[in-house]
Amino acid sequence: MFRRTHWIRHGLLGAFATAALGLAPATAPAQDLYGTLAKIDEAGEIVIGHRETSIPFSWIGNDGQPQGYSVDLCLRIVDAVKETLDKPDLEVRFVPVTPQTRIPLMANGTIDIECGSTTNKLSRQEQVAYLPVTFITGTKLLVKTGSGVETLEDLSGKRIALAQGTTNERVIKAAIEAGGLDVDVLNVKDHAEGFLSLETDRVDAYSTDHILLLGLITRSRDPQNYQVVGDFMSYDPYAIMVRRDDSAFQLLGTRVLADLFRSGEIREIYAKWFEPFPTSDDVSEPPTDLLEAAWQLNALPE
Amino acid sequence: MQYNWNWGILLQDPYLGWLISGVGWTLAVASAAWIIAFSLGSIVGVARTLPNRWLRGAATAYVELFRNVPLLVQLFIWYFVVPELLPDDWGRWVKRDLPLPEYTTAVIGLGVYTASRVAEQVRSGIESISRGQSLAGYASGLTTAQLYRYVLLPVAYRLIVPPLTSEFLTIFKNSSLALTIGVLELTAQSRQITEYTFQGFEAFTAATVMYVVITLTVTAGMSLVERRARIPGFIAGGAGR
Repeated sequence: MFRRTHWIRHGLLGAFATAALGLAPATAPAQDLYGTLAKIDEAGEIVIGHRETSIPFSWIGNDGQPQGYSVDLCLRIVDAVKETLDKPDLEVRFVPVTPQTRIPLMANGTIDIECGSTTNKLSRQEQVAYLPVTFITGTKLLVKTGSGVETLEDLSGKRIALAQGTTNERVIKAAIEAGGLDVDVLNVKDHAEGFLSLETDRVDAYSTDHILLLGLITRSRDPQNYQVVGDFMSYDPYAIMVRRDDSAFQLLGTRVLADLFRSGEIREIYAKWFEPFPTSDDVSEPPTDLLEAAWQLNALPE
Repeated sequence: MQYNWNWGILLQDPYLGWLISGVGWTLAVASAAWIIAFSLGSIVGVARTLPNRWLRGAATAYVELFRNVPLLVQLFIWYFVVPELLPDDWGRWVKRDLPLPEYTTAVIGLGVYTASRVAEQVRSGIESISRGQSLAGYASGLTTAQLYRYVLLPVAYRLIVPPLTSEFLTIFKNSSLALTIGVLELTAQSRQITEYTFQGFEAFTAATVMYVVITLTVTAGMSLVERRARIPGFIAGGAGR
């Protein structure tokens, strides 16, 4: 309990400090900094956690560099951090994370900000905090074309691969239990391994967020062999993850995103990665009405 | 570090059950793999010391192949590559109808890898026995089989109990790699608890403690074996006897 109140107090102080920062960002005295901003200031570098196979949010491109929609948004936040700390030559270090490591690495201070394809969930908010929603998706199934599988029920007596640590894993397992279905589950490490299991016929389906499934298809050798089926089985709002109880840094990130939403610049960034997919000109995913609404709702005035 | 500790999570349902089942799978993978490792390793180790050139060559090839490729890579090869090299029907059988495909693959992969290491221990045990004993054995009219059965192996196995203990411990720890091909053993279960509760530090502390308990138990068991199998007056018997 003591720890918690301690952080709340800091949070309040931080809110005041940032209010002051907002007025005069370039002249922020170092002693006002705390939490992530203080850590970045001291280390002279900001550490970005990124994913390796979350196309087109955050993945390793052919040049070996992390890239994607989430990474672009994070780099905007990095620009704002540079301005706030008055450190134009701040170093940016990328650290790969997985669904299993992203939260511990955030909590223990290894990464300062996570730019991947992470669903904002209340239970996760017990350990980390989130910036406003940047994308909205949900759980679907990826199957081989012509397999006849349309819904989870069709998988009765078959196997499905699920990536450990994803929200989809829980949703599917819960649905299997609720429906009393006889579906065997294979635990895999990440999306690439899940796709490999489907490709080599080890499983009949792989499930994760529909947008990531589309991304996986674009990277496969023969895209026409795979299709995404079923209705949305969950609501997954993606958001950039930051440390908990650190309102100053959270506000800085929220401000950057709100600016992008308000100015409409978000559409250009979105189009760069989704219309079409960077990995295939055939796949294009325009923003849904729901996503447009989320952008508008989070376009807070200055 | 900013973290909300909650040790109580480890005793809650279903997380306690997951940990217990994780320990069960770890023991199941490691012990089954050890049976393969010990029997296959003994055969290969003995073969490396036999007079027959071809057997010796084959055994050496086995050891060098399995000892020099990282275990993780071997597991991936067994799991992802080997079924693709088989004819379609067989491959499908391995991937789908083989009982507990992930478990079986992990046991085989871990077993044949550790066998190469056990083989080297067995060989060094046999080669540490002075050549005079073999010559004396042959001179008394023993066949090669009899020489190994009555003269070399009884001493060699007693000599290598300490290094074999290390291999036995290693197999428990290496069994955690089985999680990479989907076996929900102890480490995988701790990860899963982390995912469900985000209390990763508690889950992995619990896993660490359990690994230590398992390995200490094995060490205690093996030192008992060492004491029982000791040859009075021999190096394994210790100084001062």
